[in-house]
Amino acid sequence: MTQMPVTEIQSCARAERQPIRHRLADRGVDWSLLLLGPAVAVIAGLFLYPFIYGLSISFQPQAGGGALANYKNFFADSYQVGSILKTLRLALPVAFLSVALAAPLAYRCRRDFRGRKVVTLVVMLPITFGGILIAQGMPRVFSPVGWLNLTLKAIGLPQADLIYNYQGTFIAALLTSLPLSFLMMMGFFGGIDRSLEHAAATLGAGRAARFWRIILPLAAPGILTAFMLALVESFAIFPSAILVGQPDNQTHVLTIPIYQAASQNSDYTMASAIAVVLTAIELLILGVVVFVRGRLFKGPATAGKG
Amino acid sequence: MAITTAGANQNQHTSAVEFERLSLRGVTRAYGKNPPALRDFDLELGRGDFVALLGPSGCGKSTALACLAGLQPLTRGSIWRDGERIDTRPAEKRGFGMVFQNYALFPHLSVQKNVEFGLAMRRVARRQRQERALAALRTVQLEEHLGKLPSQLSGGQQQRVAIARALAIEPEVVLMDEPLSNLDAALRVEMRTEIKRIYQERGLTVLYVTHDQEEALSLATRLVVLRKGRLEQTGTPQEVYANPVSAYVAGFMGYRNLFPARFLASGPGRGVSVTAFGRSLAGTLISGGGLAADAEVTVAIRPEDLVISADADAGAVTALAEVVEYHGRELSVQARTSDGGVLHVKTDQPVVAGSTLALTARADRVLVYQGGLDRDEFAIEAGTQ
Repeated sequence: MTQMPVTEIQSCARAERQPIRHRLADRGVDWSLLLLGPAVAVIAGLFLYPFIYGLSISFQPQAGGGALANYKNFFADSYQVGSILKTLRLALPVAFLSVALAAPLAYRCRRDFRGRKVVTLVVMLPITFGGILIAQGMPRVFSPVGWLNLTLKAIGLPQADLIYNYQGTFIAALLTSLPLSFLMMMGFFGGIDRSLEHAAATLGAGRAARFWRIILPLAAPGILTAFMLALVESFAIFPSAILVGQPDNQTHVLTIPIYQAASQNSDYTMASAIAVVLTAIELLILGVVVFVRGRLFKGPATAGKG
Repeated sequence: MAITTAGANQNQHTSAVEFERLSLRGVTRAYGKNPPALRDFDLELGRGDFVALLGPSGCGKSTALACLAGLQPLTRGSIWRDGERIDTRPAEKRGFGMVFQNYALFPHLSVQKNVEFGLAMRRVARRQRQERALAALRTVQLEEHLGKLPSQLSGGQQQRVAIARALAIEPEVVLMDEPLSNLDAALRVEMRTEIKRIYQERGLTVLYVTHDQEEALSLATRLVVLRKGRLEQTGTPQEVYANPVSAYVAGFMGYRNLFPARFLASGPGRGVSVTAFGRSLAGTLISGGGLAADAEVTVAIRPEDLVISADADAGAVTALAEVVEYHGRELSVQARTSDGGVLHVKTDQPVVAGSTLALTARADRVLVYQGGLDRDEFAIEAGTQ
């Protein structure tokens, strides 16, 4: 019985609940959550709603024939199904190459050097121009009477067939995704503490060893992120596939049947179905990349307490 | 200005790779058009030496280290290892171990892989690599943390890994760039002892950059004090501590009372008398000669050399105790003289704030330097340069 007062105090303390404000704050709920409001509204209204709408009408085919009729029709048509492969054949190499080209450039530009601004500006220009302007300018360079072929002709070399085919779209896609990859990776490379390279150097690592063993592993998550961005960008390629590609054959990418279904056949349900296929493939690839990235070292590339 | 460090070193062992002397000759490093961060710097480092480069941030000490390590190009001058010129070699071909202020551990590699890195670069066989990494980690008492990532270790542990990593390659010289300044006070003292122990056990040659006089005094066999990219004084810790050649060095060596005064008269030998705080003060002239009466001088006195005398005799400076700090064995008192000057006193006598103190100092502990004092130079805050 002598312990009674003690237990009484304890139970009292337990019974008296903290004010609701404290308990909510403890769980991260406070007024600043309201700041999320506009973003949530935009995402719900402009992305989530159209997406769900599109998904649902893709299962309500215009011509009837069951919920999956659109998908069945798509996969039954070998010409249409072929566009999946054509998209992949375009998007994957473009993403690979744009990352491969941008990585050394971004590595070089990670810190200030004379002329960095000029290099950055030149690389960034295609973004400001946009895809259509690039696609429209390309014939002047690559067409049979463009300056490239005129130059080749003057030297006596064979003509380069770089437009109105796969190569044309490839170049246009590369030009738009390269700057994005560059911009993204420059941040990642720049975030790697300089003393890590210095430490590696004093331990006997030459330039190449420093890049492969220190810089690259630390930048790998960033490189994969850039790869994903480039991939998404070139998956949705459309203007250049038509303007500088061969839209009914080599560059008959998935966006073209979508456009045809929606605009030419006025079959939005079919367009939605193909868009869903496009999205599914994209998500599959991104899923793989995210999985790989998850297995890499992701901590800050700082050198310790600095 | 060459510094010779022949003779006494505390090491019984010898380094794995034999070299006798590392020399920096006239090393100058200028960034752009700014005044050089380091100019005409000469330094000789003998095998087994522990040399500390001491100075405030911006004095060029880290630049000197980076030049030696090969991390920065020389604007002028050369670096020699015995008879061989090495400043034209890239950093990776110099074979110095370096310990950085921010540890610079590779965040994506385990402790073991970090320590093995230098050995892997030297194409040491895997098994031998593991053995040597383990041995290096044992030296810093971290062998049970082999598999951890650097981020899973405390600051002190990280710095010990960095030391192990530098030691694993058995370098001729270990370069340390303010290795303790990111650690908290207690850990710093502990790691200091640790570094000294490893130095003695392994028979290392160390060049150590610091802005902390206590570190420099306690670790080094030779001190090099830098000032604005130039060498100011060099000598054993005892020499520099007892006889700072300038008020600048005195400020670094714990002469906390640095104040301007006027020259009064010369006495016998180096003895002089100066006027400060409205009184005449007997001191010892360290720099300058043939001073005219009323010439500007700077006086340096250690807080522990100021003595509180019982009666306010004629020679004593009277000051009002403003702040009294208890330091365990002694008290640290900040006192203000009648004309506004501030004096720092360390005493074991009981002093209460508000009491008036009569302060005296032995003439040989009152150091007098020609010229005024630039207080800005004593901005010795921790920081990189």
